[in-house]
Amino acid sequence: MARNQEALTRIRVRTRRRKAASTVAISMGVIALALVTVPSVWIVAQVAWKALPHMSWSVITTPGVGLGGGLENEIVGTLMITFGVAVVAGFIGVMSGIYLSQFARGRAAGLLRGASEVLAGIPSIVVGYVGYISMVVTFHWGFSLGAGLITLSAMVVPYIAKTTEVSLGQVPSSYVEGAEALGLKPGQILRTISLRSALPGIATGLIVALAIAVGETAPLLYTAGYSQNLPHVALTHSPLGYLTYAVWTFYNEPSTRAVQLSFDAAFLLIVLVLALIAASRIIVARASRHRETA
Amino acid sequence: MASDLARRTEEPQAPRVFRPTTKSPLGPVKIASAVSAVAPLLALLAILGILVGQALPAVKYNGLGFFVHNVWHPGNFYLQPVTTNGVLHPAQAEYGAWAIIVGTVLSSLIALVIALPTSLGAALVVSKLLGPRVRSALGVFLELLAGIPSVVFGLWGTLTIGPLLSRDIYPIVAKHMPDVFILRWFRGSTGAGEGLLTSGIILAAMIIPIIASTSRDLFTQVPKLTEEGAEALGMTRMEVTTKVTMPWVSAGIIGATVLGLARALGETMAVAMVSGSVLGTLPTNIYSTFNTIAATIVTTLDSALIDGTGLAVRTLAEAALALMVVTLLANVGARLLVRKVSTTALPVGRGV
Repeated sequence: MARNQEALTRIRVRTRRRKAASTVAISMGVIALALVTVPSVWIVAQVAWKALPHMSWSVITTPGVGLGGGLENEIVGTLMITFGVAVVAGFIGVMSGIYLSQFARGRAAGLLRGASEVLAGIPSIVVGYVGYISMVVTFHWGFSLGAGLITLSAMVVPYIAKTTEVSLGQVPSSYVEGAEALGLKPGQILRTISLRSALPGIATGLIVALAIAVGETAPLLYTAGYSQNLPHVALTHSPLGYLTYAVWTFYNEPSTRAVQLSFDAAFLLIVLVLALIAASRIIVARASRHRETA
Repeated sequence: MASDLARRTEEPQAPRVFRPTTKSPLGPVKIASAVSAVAPLLALLAILGILVGQALPAVKYNGLGFFVHNVWHPGNFYLQPVTTNGVLHPAQAEYGAWAIIVGTVLSSLIALVIALPTSLGAALVVSKLLGPRVRSALGVFLELLAGIPSVVFGLWGTLTIGPLLSRDIYPIVAKHMPDVFILRWFRGSTGAGEGLLTSGIILAAMIIPIIASTSRDLFTQVPKLTEEGAEALGMTRMEVTTKVTMPWVSAGIIGATVLGLARALGETMAVAMVSGSVLGTLPTNIYSTFNTIAATIVTTLDSALIDGTGLAVRTLAEAALALMVVTLLANVGARLLVRKVSTTALPVGRGV
């Protein structure tokens, strides 16, 4: 009887300990959740706090002069590079996604898909170095928009290809079969049925890729170079500035204005990235609402 | 020969099967898309090929000692260049990447030690305790974290969190840490906030999106019935997690972790801004300034161009090649592992 009592107490103590351990683990998980949300909020708040007090239109509308001036040349440069990436990487990425989801089969599909995914994991400075050696030096393009946007495109094509492939794969097969039954040609089906219903997903992938392109530095430093002049519309032999360069060079200059410009550029980058993320969220939300009502 | 032919003609013809139109070739679209789909593979091969071509003379000159020695002397540019092993190089040039290899590995490991438990904890709480609305809210934070440019991480690290930590936190930790085994690394001079630990913290924030978003997706796919069964047997929430949920998706989590590690190893700008950028010195404690392979390439490539013999640029190619091979193997390994055991695909690149 006494032994039973003893065993029972031991079990009770153990249960209490196990429950306590579980509670501790859960609270640590909650702390971890808080920790995950801290850096993004902190960074955005900090950059806004440092940049907004001295933000003015002149920062956006005047090009850089030495360590002062504004960021117009960098803003125009970033927009040009981003637009170029949207065209080049957008085309290659979407086409690549179409091939992987519609035509590729078996081993070859696995190889191409794998190569694309692995390419996105290559360190950005390695891609930048190769872009520099091949295009800037060997092809004699010099620091230029062309070299910069091709290097950058190589880094973001995988995102676009992946999202295109996934969203095409999610098009209900009944849509395609219905179109087939109505006698549509494969090209028409792809264009009017599959691509149309996959469009929100494809657009989201493209936007995410652009957000990454806007924020890259290492692939551009030795391919696009830098210039304080407003960029020329030329693919080669014409270096151009971009916002990430301003953050990278001005932050440790011994001039208050330069450090301010660094934070201004960081703020503009965050605004651009946030706008792109918001756009992709809106597209996803609208697409899913549409799907529910349909 | 003749009998061969005879046998072939005797074989019954395969019946003609009606093939639906979808199987017919699409012509130009198919060709253009095939070319596009091959482009990433070609890019990958081109990057590898160019790096190997660039690095070859440096490999010949620096030898295998490159990976275990710790020197970084571009040589004397004022003396006549010399030829050794058939490679023209500045006199007294000597390269060894040991310090930047150690720096790369240590900073990434610190990042992993911080990011892995944080990501798993957050993913578990969100997927098991909270509803789908909170899950998508966490998604916003992770997307934002993955989207913040790495120079902005660097800016935050070098001007905000680094000084803050080195002023208010590091000295207290260094003072009270016992002088034993690994903890000894936390003692000693704490520096100005640029160094291993600060970089590790920044890197952790950068790889959390990869690990957290993947593990969140994995956790939500564990069958509810199995977990509820375990709970019905009297397991606590923690026991269900460690004994049922985690083992169910362990391969995926290993894959995501390796992917995060690869990203930390290759991260360039943020580390270049918060490492303190020293060349040729090994860290003495966890606050020491250091350098990584990627950061060394980005910060020294323009000065390497001064070397008229090209050895400095080619040596950077050798370092880049080593970095690329490691990240390549990590990526391929992680993806193969996960593909073999799980239906969840690993994220591409930054994990958005």
